[in-house]
Amino acid sequence: MSAPVINKVEPQPKSSGEPHRIGAGVFRPASLIAALPNALKALDPRVMWHNPVMFVVEIGALLTTITVMTDFSGFSVWIAVWLWLTVIFANLADSVAEGRGRAQAASLRAGRDTAVARKLDSTGVETKVAAAELHKGDLVVCEANDTIPGDGEIIDGVASVDEAAITGESAPVVRESGGDRSSVTGGTRVLSDRIIIRITADPGKSFVDRMIALVEGSVRSKTPNEIALNILLASLTIVFLLVIMALQPMAKFSGSTQSIVVLISLLVCLIPTTIGALVSAIGVAGMDRLVQRNVLAMSGRAVEAAGDVSTLLLDKTGTITFGNRQASDLITAPGIDAGDLATAALKASMADETPEGRSLVELCEQRYGAKPPADARAEFIEFSARTRMSGVDLTVPTGTQRIRKGAASAVTAWVAESGGKVSGEVNAAVDEISSSGGTPLLVAEIFEPSGSAPRPTPGRVLGVVHLKDVVKPGIAERFAELRKMGIRTVMITGDTELTAKSIAAEAGVDDYLAEATPEDKLAYIRKEQTGGRIVAMTGDGTNDAPALAQADVGVAMNSGTTAAKEAGNMVDLDSSPTKLIDIVEIGKQLLITRGALTTFSLANDVAKYFAILPAMFVGVFPGLKALNIMKLSTPSSAVLSAVIFNALIIVALIPLSMRGVRYKPSSAAKLLSRNLWIYGIGGLIVPFIGIKLVDLVVSLIPGIG
Amino acid sequence: MSPAVSAALEIALVIAVLAGLHVPLGDYMARIYTAKKDWRVEKGFYRVLRIDSAADQRWYTYLISLLSFSVISIALLWGLLAAQAHLPFDFGRSGMPKAQSFNTAVSFVTNTNWQSYSGESALGYTVQAIGLTVQNFLSGAVGMVVVAALIRGLIRRHTDRLGNFWVDLTRTTFRLMLPVSIVIALVMVAAGVIQNLSAPLDVTTLAGGTQTLPGGLVASQEVIKQFGTNGGGYFNANSGHPFENPSQVTNLLAIVLMLAIPFSLPRTFGRMVGSIKQGVAILITMATLWVGSLVTTMLVEEAHSGAALQAAGAAMEGKEVRFGIPISSLFEISTTLTSTGAVDSTHSSFTGLGGGTLLLNMLLGEIAPGGTGSGLYGMLILAMVAVFIAGLMVGRTPTYLGKRIGGEQMKYVASYILATPALVLLGTGIALLVPTAKASVLNTGPHSLTEIVYAFGSAANNNGSAFAGLNANTNFYNIALGVVMFLGRFVPMALVLALAGSLGRQSFRPDDSGTLPTHKLQFITILIGVVVLVAALTYLPALALGPIAEGSS
Repeated sequence: MSAPVINKVEPQPKSSGEPHRIGAGVFRPASLIAALPNALKALDPRVMWHNPVMFVVEIGALLTTITVMTDFSGFSVWIAVWLWLTVIFANLADSVAEGRGRAQAASLRAGRDTAVARKLDSTGVETKVAAAELHKGDLVVCEANDTIPGDGEIIDGVASVDEAAITGESAPVVRESGGDRSSVTGGTRVLSDRIIIRITADPGKSFVDRMIALVEGSVRSKTPNEIALNILLASLTIVFLLVIMALQPMAKFSGSTQSIVVLISLLVCLIPTTIGALVSAIGVAGMDRLVQRNVLAMSGRAVEAAGDVSTLLLDKTGTITFGNRQASDLITAPGIDAGDLATAALKASMADETPEGRSLVELCEQRYGAKPPADARAEFIEFSARTRMSGVDLTVPTGTQRIRKGAASAVTAWVAESGGKVSGEVNAAVDEISSSGGTPLLVAEIFEPSGSAPRPTPGRVLGVVHLKDVVKPGIAERFAELRKMGIRTVMITGDTELTAKSIAAEAGVDDYLAEATPEDKLAYIRKEQTGGRIVAMTGDGTNDAPALAQADVGVAMNSGTTAAKEAGNMVDLDSSPTKLIDIVEIGKQLLITRGALTTFSLANDVAKYFAILPAMFVGVFPGLKALNIMKLSTPSSAVLSAVIFNALIIVALIPLSMRGVRYKPSSAAKLLSRNLWIYGIGGLIVPFIGIKLVDLVVSLIPGIG
Repeated sequence: MSPAVSAALEIALVIAVLAGLHVPLGDYMARIYTAKKDWRVEKGFYRVLRIDSAADQRWYTYLISLLSFSVISIALLWGLLAAQAHLPFDFGRSGMPKAQSFNTAVSFVTNTNWQSYSGESALGYTVQAIGLTVQNFLSGAVGMVVVAALIRGLIRRHTDRLGNFWVDLTRTTFRLMLPVSIVIALVMVAAGVIQNLSAPLDVTTLAGGTQTLPGGLVASQEVIKQFGTNGGGYFNANSGHPFENPSQVTNLLAIVLMLAIPFSLPRTFGRMVGSIKQGVAILITMATLWVGSLVTTMLVEEAHSGAALQAAGAAMEGKEVRFGIPISSLFEISTTLTSTGAVDSTHSSFTGLGGGTLLLNMLLGEIAPGGTGSGLYGMLILAMVAVFIAGLMVGRTPTYLGKRIGGEQMKYVASYILATPALVLLGTGIALLVPTAKASVLNTGPHSLTEIVYAFGSAANNNGSAFAGLNANTNFYNIALGVVMFLGRFVPMALVLALAGSLGRQSFRPDDSGTLPTHKLQFITILIGVVVLVAALTYLPALALGPIAEGSS
């Protein structure tokens, strides 16, 4: 089967007793100060306009400032200062989020800008040009210690490459022409050997360029859920504007006309400033968390879709089992000598560089003493996902010996074409291996004698190779968690039905797709999508491209082909198939953070009403004193305290919006209860305490308290 | 039997009857909107009016049909009111003035039934019967068809065709409104409600004064007034009038009638979406709010402060002694929570906080259980808000019954939430700035503010009850409230139909354990929270300056 090529062994899922949890990013208070200049720059109304909630606050701050100038009072000065601070704090959240990506972008850019390319022209003459001047289709050569000047595909040679600049992983990887390991990324460094690369990206459109744009947040467009949330927030803002507009006539009618400053304060406290200030930072931070895990999402939409995923298509190899299956045994067909089988298997695998192939060669040589032939001219047949066989055609003096090894059904069909039959014993051995979770490979040969009117002998099966596959520890628990979250896991494998079934049972997946061809994968994804499900998958080969494009979330391995990377909407720089699960959790965490802070923001309004309404009208209706349950010292201090709390809570929540709320995989009902308690009930209670505490300080100010 | 025990038994009786009734009535209504076959009488009707009953309308065609029908209804009723001097059984009453007849026409077509006139002195029997009674049937039915269309949007896939407005309207009238009204009208006549064509009779009372005993086709209008959650009284005193509501029996019957359809529609909803549980969740939400309001009102009305009220033993001014406080409270919270607006006592005479509760009931948006149809669609809109916020908190794009609540849906939902408060707040604000409008109030202080807020709250939410104490028969109020009633009815309906279309176009996403469950207690709690929070945050300043200021003084 076409096992995805794994560059390094996947770290095993954490085995500590603590349940799996998406970790938090780092947040340093110092980054707030560093972000200040940008926050001040963003006060420009043309920038603020994009965030209607905070734009209203800015207009309010402006009006209050004008009021201070025309009708000075200490109270209005304090309010004006804190309204401006509210706007600045909101901008601070954005610029902190963007600043975190900027450092990463800077180091990427440094590597890119200094690179010099050794360009080859059509005659093969080498010239030195700046990396930034390379265009699609240009050929460049790279030798040891050269930095690869741009994204491309190796057309000749093999090299070990240090991709630490992109992945942060210091272990070098092997890149070679042809096959699924041919793509290289600009900014990485060749450690040994010489390769010729065809550039596949125009200047400014390379992978690194996209990465820089993404981490800086400059290409971030609003995601569907963010748009929906912004509509809700805008309409709430309008409702509260109407409330304030109607309040003044009512106040006047009741004989207690209110000052503009107090009305603006109430408005700012009521409109959802907390979530309005943080909503875009949450989105930027979500992308950033992906980048920290070495995943590059081409759009925020894809990150959001990841949270919605309800079907995960996982390649068996590397995700569910360790990639390198080992040949453990040879079982001969009736009447075949074990040595013959071993020799044939060895011949068929000589050019097979997959771990399975190498392990089979090893087994044949060491246990059976088989030796590679010296006198034959060999033509190797490469494995393809369509034929699901590989092998060799050997030309010996007496004729041509065709040897094939591969999936049982494929080899059986191949043998049957030439009139051969597969004996019951072989089939029994195949079934037994499959049902034990192993992978049977059939080895068969057809001999075509040379000379006039060659009649090929009917194909015959020589025996079966037993490949053993080991399910990763802890993976079944991980799938159980996913099931609780409503996500079905589907194992994709080229193995036979029986093998797949056995491994599926061991790993605890919900469904499996055995003997999967790229067309099967595509069909499966379409079927799931017709049923209204959101599908995610990983892939690396060119033949995965259609399925990657069809899936709602398609994660391409960085080690994969350019076609795969372009078809998917995310690239995993570590090329780790397990990453898909992390991506889903980050997507969910992003949505949860938004929902939780919206709830918190709305619940806050109750306390603010209790602070401000009695302060406004206790003069005409002394009975309203009963609403002052926080016992705030004076009307002025009550209003100011609410405004200050409203501003401070934004700063207090910046770290949370950067990190994302804590998320533990569990069912929707459980997640909701937890978040409702913390952010709903918490959102009701916290401001009562917070405003009271601020009031204790504020009431010490002369003229306010 | 002590009054308290008898009141408790009466309330229990109402609840028991409704509990028993909502299942068959809900299932029956679901059949009305899903049945394939037309009745013979309907077929004849379609043939005469050239209606293609098989046509499936897209959402905007459905909306255009609804709007044309309603606008033409307003025009016809307006003309009828203006021309009543030329109609039989007019007993010398002149045509209604232009502004007042505009207000009345809009009022009855929008299911509001706000009345700036006094029925016994302003209207003849013909206008009452063929104008107002007919609209009582049709305006209630129009509300029902909109919710039927919304439910179809939720269950259909890849289409924005929502059914046929004319078929839905005809079926609602023929299969539900007419048969029930005919049967119950006979019961009402038997229970003492009048039904005659006699001219008003002047009699000399024992004390020597003169009194006019009115006549009219009251019973036939009374049934649909309650059953269609209309609420426009035949007489000025509405259900406080002994000819309209003669006894405890008719009083309880009226309460059951106004609650019957709104409390049964969740069952219809559950039946149509294929999950009774979803309907039950909505029903429990509505019932909880209704019970909460009832208990609050009874408590504040019994726990009266003030010397006069304590001496009288209860806040009895403006309430019928024959009904008492608990049953008056039951009637009034039901009428304000259902968009009916019929009254058997004077809301202005409730205590500050009691009157405030009645006002708040309307301001919740007429959803617990609300008007015929409008109650359920209002509640479903709020359910979508709850789904949106709670759905994000479980880390999924929010879906309700397998339909995504995305940007387009949120646009309609958010505008719906915005529409009614905008009308109430802007209307009140403008009235307070217009000197003639401000002069219409009878009282002073916070009570007078409540009078104005109540008028706009009642009109915008299509309730129609009046707080009393406000002279609403002025050009300002007739026109302003007429416009508010029209917008308060049809803007939300248009948004609901657009929403239904956008939901219908979507495919369907099956629920799994990662989806927010919308039938559990958890969701019901969130939904109640959203309902209360949205209304409280919007109206707290108005309530604080009106009823709360009055109640806490």
